Amino acid sequence: MSEATAVNAQGTNPLADPQARIDLMADVARTPGSAKPNPILTVDNIVRQFGGMTAVDVDHLEVQRGLITALIGPNGAGKTTFFNLITGFDKPTSAGKGAHWSFEGRTLDKTSASRVARSGMVRTFQLTKSLNRMTVMDNMLLGAQDQAGENLALSMFKPVWRRQEKQIEAKAEELLDRFSLLEKRHDYAGSLSGGQRKLLEMARALMSDPTMIMLDEPMAGVNPALTQSLLGHIQSLRDDGMTVLFVEHDMHVVRHISDWVVVMAEGRIVAEGSAGSVMAEPAVIDAYLGAHHDTDLGDDSLLDEPAAGDAKTDEEQA
Amino acid sequence: MAGLTLSLMVAPLLVLLAATSAQAGQHAAVATLCLPQADTTGCISGTLGGRANPIEGADVTLAKLDGTTETQTTEADGKFSFTITEAGKYTLSVDPESLPDGFDLLTDEVTVNAVLGQTRSAIFEIRSVDYDPTTSLSGEIIQGAFNGLRLGLLLALASVGLSLIYGTTGLSNFAHAEQVTLGGMTAYLFINVWGINLFLGGLMVLIVGGFTGWFQDVVLWRPLRRRGLGLTQLMIVTIGLSLAMQYSYQFFVGSRTVRVVVENPTTVTFGPITTTQQSLAAMGICAVVLAAVGFALLRTRIGRATRAVSDNPALAQASGIDTDKVIRLVWTVAMALAGLSGILYALVVNGIKWDTGLQILLLLFAAVTLGGLGTAFGALVGSIVIGLVVEMAPLTPFILGDFKYAAALLMLILVLMVRPQGLLGKAQRVG
Amino acid sequence: MNEIQQILTSMVSTALTPQTAAVAIAVIGLNIHFGFTGLLNIGQSAFMLLGAYGFAISITSYDLPLIVAVFVGLALAFLFALVLGVPTLKLRGDYLAIVTISAAEIIRYVGRSVGYEWLFDKTGGAQGIPGSRYRGPFRDLSVFGDGSTSLLPFNWRDVADGAIWVRLLSWAIVIAVIITVIQIARGKTSLTGRTRALSLTALGAVGVLVTLFAVPVTNQNTGVDGWWTVVVAWGLAVLSSVLVLILTRSPWGRALRGVREDEDAMRSLGKNVFAIKMQALIIGGLFGALGGIMYVLPSTVQPDNMGRSLTFFIYTALLLGGAATIWGPILGSILFFAGRIAVIGITQTYVPNSIMSNQEATQFAFIVVGVALMLLVIFRPQGILGDKRELRFNV
Repeated sequence: MSEATAVNAQGTNPLADPQARIDLMADVARTPGSAKPNPILTVDNIVRQFGGMTAVDVDHLEVQRGLITALIGPNGAGKTTFFNLITGFDKPTSAGKGAHWSFEGRTLDKTSASRVARSGMVRTFQLTKSLNRMTVMDNMLLGAQDQAGENLALSMFKPVWRRQEKQIEAKAEELLDRFSLLEKRHDYAGSLSGGQRKLLEMARALMSDPTMIMLDEPMAGVNPALTQSLLGHIQSLRDDGMTVLFVEHDMHVVRHISDWVVVMAEGRIVAEGSAGSVMAEPAVIDAYLGAHHDTDLGDDSLLDEPAAGDAKTDEEQA
Repeated sequence: MAGLTLSLMVAPLLVLLAATSAQAGQHAAVATLCLPQADTTGCISGTLGGRANPIEGADVTLAKLDGTTETQTTEADGKFSFTITEAGKYTLSVDPESLPDGFDLLTDEVTVNAVLGQTRSAIFEIRSVDYDPTTSLSGEIIQGAFNGLRLGLLLALASVGLSLIYGTTGLSNFAHAEQVTLGGMTAYLFINVWGINLFLGGLMVLIVGGFTGWFQDVVLWRPLRRRGLGLTQLMIVTIGLSLAMQYSYQFFVGSRTVRVVVENPTTVTFGPITTTQQSLAAMGICAVVLAAVGFALLRTRIGRATRAVSDNPALAQASGIDTDKVIRLVWTVAMALAGLSGILYALVVNGIKWDTGLQILLLLFAAVTLGGLGTAFGALVGSIVIGLVVEMAPLTPFILGDFKYAAALLMLILVLMVRPQGLLGKAQRVG
Repeated sequence: MNEIQQILTSMVSTALTPQTAAVAIAVIGLNIHFGFTGLLNIGQSAFMLLGAYGFAISITSYDLPLIVAVFVGLALAFLFALVLGVPTLKLRGDYLAIVTISAAEIIRYVGRSVGYEWLFDKTGGAQGIPGSRYRGPFRDLSVFGDGSTSLLPFNWRDVADGAIWVRLLSWAIVIAVIITVIQIARGKTSLTGRTRALSLTALGAVGVLVTLFAVPVTNQNTGVDGWWTVVVAWGLAVLSSVLVLILTRSPWGRALRGVREDEDAMRSLGKNVFAIKMQALIIGGLFGALGGIMYVLPSTVQPDNMGRSLTFFIYTALLLGGAATIWGPILGSILFFAGRIAVIGITQTYVPNSIMSNQEATQFAFIVVGVALMLLVIFRPQGILGDKRELRFNV
């Protein structure tokens, strides 16, 4: 989309080519916290403790620009907490004691959640936060940034914001069309199915033209029939030049679409690498042992089975 | 025509005034109550010795602007009330000779700026002679701390229940303080009106309180939980309930202060602390009951289940705990505790009124929030802190007795700014 | 028959009083808090009381001009909103509820307090400030002149010598008009857009005229609660509603509803939730203060008159009319006060004094209000005008 920095002069994104992505990451070390050629998000020393338990303890992490990076790990690995921390929804225990993270070179250590979103890093939630008692269209319109009409003093004068409102509406309709929700635009968001709400939340996040989108379990609770189209949407975002970081439980989904995989276990990053290389690592198999140890973690043949159905009860207790 | 609405609005207030003045009327005050007329008369009035122990038979003299004087002798209620017809500065004095033995006048004269159409108060500072000035400050602090602890323990009985309800259901029960009043009111009915023995009556109050909690959960809270009514809506239901309960008390009992026992309490003094036997007994009962509740929460199966539901209802349900049963028990116990708090409160302050809950509610919420919403032990700590703050704030030079509740609120706001989850609360997870 | 006529007369005149309009303005403010933004403010009466104190004291103690006095009242409410909002709006909704209900009581205690002479000089303690001391500047503005006017001068007494059927017929028409208005306002008819607005206005006018025909009301032109005050108060109530209409149909209003639905979602979309909530708290509080000023104009500033019960009246009126609707507050206030008077009137007239005295009838009405509030929330949370769909989904 418009802010996509990776798009070259011809208007096409070189990273839309799978081989280009493989080449780009070929030289990156397959170790936790490895340096990336062009990191968009850099995280140092984030620790979060609840009572005596350490939920997150990340020394260093870089997220490569323009790729789909998956953040995986067993239940309670601290993935959602980590998301909350870097998006400003939670404060690290190590705040002021060496915790540091930056997005596109801008420090986010003390930035509030809303400012993080305005700086171009937009997130979604594991339990969908659609605004149920508002229409689908209103949900979408709220996603747009810098609206003059949201200023209390200007809101009383319709001519000031009418034109911008029309533009935003047009953009919302375009996005809704893309996510097959256009027909529902006058319905209350609460009347949508769980999967449609996930789509709506993603479409709403895109209203702000983010540089990076962070999806917390986008497939959880989604009807398997919708899974494929959701995956397609995520890939097309990447091909438009956006950076995607997503949390996922389902190994098959991860293997299917991610260019890079980061594995968390017990709050720490235990492995990084391409989907194939990571799933062969002993540390990762250890982390998942018990649940999947007798299956190949990346068996593609399982992809089309309704594996997403059980994801809803897998809420992390971290 | 608006006057009609207005008079209907103030009617409860008038009823209240009428009731209090009617009580005063039984003593037939010499000082007929002065009522200011707009632009023609004004009033200067006051009470000698405070409402708790008024001074009878003292001569109060008003020096008028034209040089003449007027003297009134206080009756049993200690009240005096002068009518004036000219605005200006008036000087009042009390004849030290007329004071009964054992009282000492601290201010000889009081100047009052009187205005036509209004009542101004003249305040004389009088203290008992047996009052020992050498222990004054430290003594006052100890006495204040003692009273604070007493109030804190009484509040804790009610706030632990409020906190448990919040913890298990997520509901802030705005009708909780009305349950405290209910405890005092039923105690008045059983012990004072029906003449039942104090201890048996107290037990009955406890049973009635517990029954109302159980009953409310059966007919109201559980069906509403089943309906999936949102917490905000539930909170408004409790607000409606508190309004209905409050005015039911006024309807059935009236707006006067009613007492549980008729005899005056026996005073006990040790060191700098002066208190009543009732107070000591009440504090003892509070401590024992609170300890029992704490023990039950920590050591018994049902107590652990309650804490599990508070922690995470979904998880508790999944691990086989019958959350509905736990919540019903919590309502029952919480209301029984509130009732007990009510009867003890009525004994300690020697009376309870239809709107006593109004003041208590404020303190209860301050205590529960201070300790951390939903944590039973936090509520205990918060209650003691709030009790101490309320009773000791008037000792500081800048907070007058009128504002001691404001001190509790100020404390609450400060805590919210520094540590919003309360003293013992945990921060919550997002997403 | 005459007893019924008497009860109806007191119902209509109560519905018309400036104080009903004043409460309606406060309800409009609470609607911004609770209906649109989801802020649980249980201290709206304190905003009213502060507005009233600021206004009255400016005139009685400092001789300030009327318009300045109004602004002082509004400024106090503004400060109050800031003080309450800063510590609580970043926290869960319960905290605002707890702090507002406590702060409202504190404001009332402070108003009643006799401890500090400089304060007592201004507030007059529990007796308050008599209206005669600050009403002057407002009354002087009246363009209605002296004397008194009866509305309508042409009424049921003038038709067929005031036969019973005239009264019954006109009451039936009133009821029919009210039901039709509500049906149209709830969107139950095929009327839309301008025709809907026009027919609502026309029916509303017919309803008022027939009501006054059936139940004529006589008032002074410029007296304490004369027609001048009535017209100004209701004019302000309608203006406030229009302002809310404009505000809530804007992107700002959309943001308010977004905050009501889910604060975290709004944060994730880059909205400054704290600022939006603070703006809503302030705007609603200002309406509360304006309502407070109008409330005391025909009466006195008495702290006990503006306590917790008034806040609960405001909630009941709001939920009756329909939260998050534009005209719900006005409709709810009128029906609430008329209904309350009906309860009091009927119990006083038909229940023998041996069973319930007149004072007890008033207390009984309070109990009815409390129970009505509970039943409303449980069985019809959307009120009369609200959209049921908006409340079907649990967040």
